[in-house]
Amino acid sequence: MPETFAFYMFAAIAVGASVLVIGQRNPMYSVLLLIASFGALSGLYIQLDAPFVAVAQIIIYAGAIMVLFLFVVMLLNAPREDAAEWDRTHPLRLPGVTRWGTLLAGLLIVQLAMALGKMSELGAPVAGRSDAATIGSVTELGRSLFTRHTFAFEATSILILVAMIGATVLARREDQ
Amino acid sequence: MIPLSYYLILSATLFAIGTAGVFMRRNLITILLSIEIMLNAVNLSFVAFGRAAGDLDGQIITFFVMTVAAAEAAVGLALVIALFRHKESLNPDAFTSLKW
Amino acid sequence: MDFTPYLRPAAIGVMIFITFNALIIASAILVLAERKIMGFIQQRYGPYLVGPWGLMQPFADILKLLFKEELRPKGADKWLFTLAPVLAIVTAFVAFATVPFGAQTDLFGLLDEPIKLGISDVNVGVLVVFAVTSMGVYGIVLAGWSSNSKYALFGGLRASAQMISYELAYATSLAAVIMLAGSLSLREVVDRQQGYWDLFGVLPVPKWYVFLQPFGFLIYVIAGVAETNRAPFDFPEAEQELVAGFNTEYSSVRFAMFPQAEYINMVTMSAVATDLFLGGWHGPFLPPEYGWIWFLVKVGLILFAYIWVRWTVPRYRYDQLMTFGWKWLFPAAVLNLIVTAALVLYFNA
Repeated sequence: MPETFAFYMFAAIAVGASVLVIGQRNPMYSVLLLIASFGALSGLYIQLDAPFVAVAQIIIYAGAIMVLFLFVVMLLNAPREDAAEWDRTHPLRLPGVTRWGTLLAGLLIVQLAMALGKMSELGAPVAGRSDAATIGSVTELGRSLFTRHTFAFEATSILILVAMIGATVLARREDQ
Repeated sequence: MIPLSYYLILSATLFAIGTAGVFMRRNLITILLSIEIMLNAVNLSFVAFGRAAGDLDGQIITFFVMTVAAAEAAVGLALVIALFRHKESLNPDAFTSLKW
Repeated sequence: MDFTPYLRPAAIGVMIFITFNALIIASAILVLAERKIMGFIQQRYGPYLVGPWGLMQPFADILKLLFKEELRPKGADKWLFTLAPVLAIVTAFVAFATVPFGAQTDLFGLLDEPIKLGISDVNVGVLVVFAVTSMGVYGIVLAGWSSNSKYALFGGLRASAQMISYELAYATSLAAVIMLAGSLSLREVVDRQQGYWDLFGVLPVPKWYVFLQPFGFLIYVIAGVAETNRAPFDFPEAEQELVAGFNTEYSSVRFAMFPQAEYINMVTMSAVATDLFLGGWHGPFLPPEYGWIWFLVKVGLILFAYIWVRWTVPRYRYDQLMTFGWKWLFPAAVLNLIVTAALVLYFNA
């Protein structure tokens, strides 16, 4: 019972915060709402017996990537209004398109939900199974990461290096 | 106990919200934020499937997704800064000089 | 009525209540301790007028702050201005959640099953502390931004850049200890520091990790001082340079949250350093149930060292601070990690 309540609470926060992120005029508020959404997702990961992923989500996403977004928003002093006059001429904002598009998106989500609900293999409860301790165990994660997925691990380190160099070069001021 | 389909529906909803954000918003930073929402939705779905299959690989893939998301956010934001310096605008419709 | 099934949740509830209040009282005591120690270092008495030996001084300070007028600058962002101190103080409290401060106790036989002294014990405890501390950056950067004032903005940006830079050395020095202990749970790290070595058969040396990782301890403490924005790394709130840094525009209760959050962060850093390096609650003469007394003694020593360093050493300039963090401390932490890994591999082969 508490797990169901926790799931619905986290899901409501995640979806609510995400909807507000895309509906918000002020980019600073969008970033903060997204942090709230990440926190809710972290709670969901804990429910899925993945404590390390949950903490990594807070450290990496909410603690590092969002700080980067926040710095850029503050550096650019991103305009609060989001240029309302552009939105009125944007094709998706025309009434007919918006209505039909929203209806279609809603129908697709309902259809997906019905289809997923009908598949019986997906009905099994996920968390709380007997292998909860080993599947979230950091030792096992580390062992698997460094033996089976060594190549991907090393490749991601090169990826981060390239991204670091690229970001530094791209954001440099052009000196005459 | 929460069935797997609940997590998948949640993941699909978040992904749809992210996609809607990418299409509807006219602010480069908010578009990047919507991409992050989509990546998170995918992470959730990986972890849920991994848990259902009793396999660790779902969680391992999420590390790589997070790393790629971090790299992509860094480079994307550097591009946004460079673009802003050119045109003083964050609206993607202002950068249409390559359109014919 | 049979109260026994309610004893255990009640005991845990009382423990959490005591811990929460202890953190608040600790920050009040630290206010006074800082001013008294500062006074003695500067060869004068600290506050001595209010109460015996100035013991009521923190209450006087808090009362004064509570009665001040709540100001908000005209251009300040309404929500963010109030959210920033809330974030700072909440993350400060939550960071203490996975820090254990004592061995198990069964309350003199009242409980059937002993409770562990600590708010919670998750198997990734160290990372939770690190994650919540890295969320503390938001309190400061939002305070700087939402005040709509240039001193505040500079202070906020500098403080957050400093905090995220020193997080690297912090995490890397943590990783070396975790490698030695083999577990991410703080309680297990402390439990592995039980016992004594016999040095040359004569000197019993406690099996603390500070003796196995002296440089790691030093790096951790330096990074911890930088993380909590304390001297010599407190340029962002330096009185001489930046008025008051990111909390320039704050007053009364919202202002009080920031120093309180800073003191609680200090306590958390000292507690984590005690658990990781100084053997937590293990000490010579007391039975294990009273280990929390040793824990308090060790945390007190580290806090004293914090205050001592603040009033002894001059402040780093901001570029010196960033150079030190990136070019000296982080490579040193990585070197420490590599050497530790090599030694662990060698001695376990």
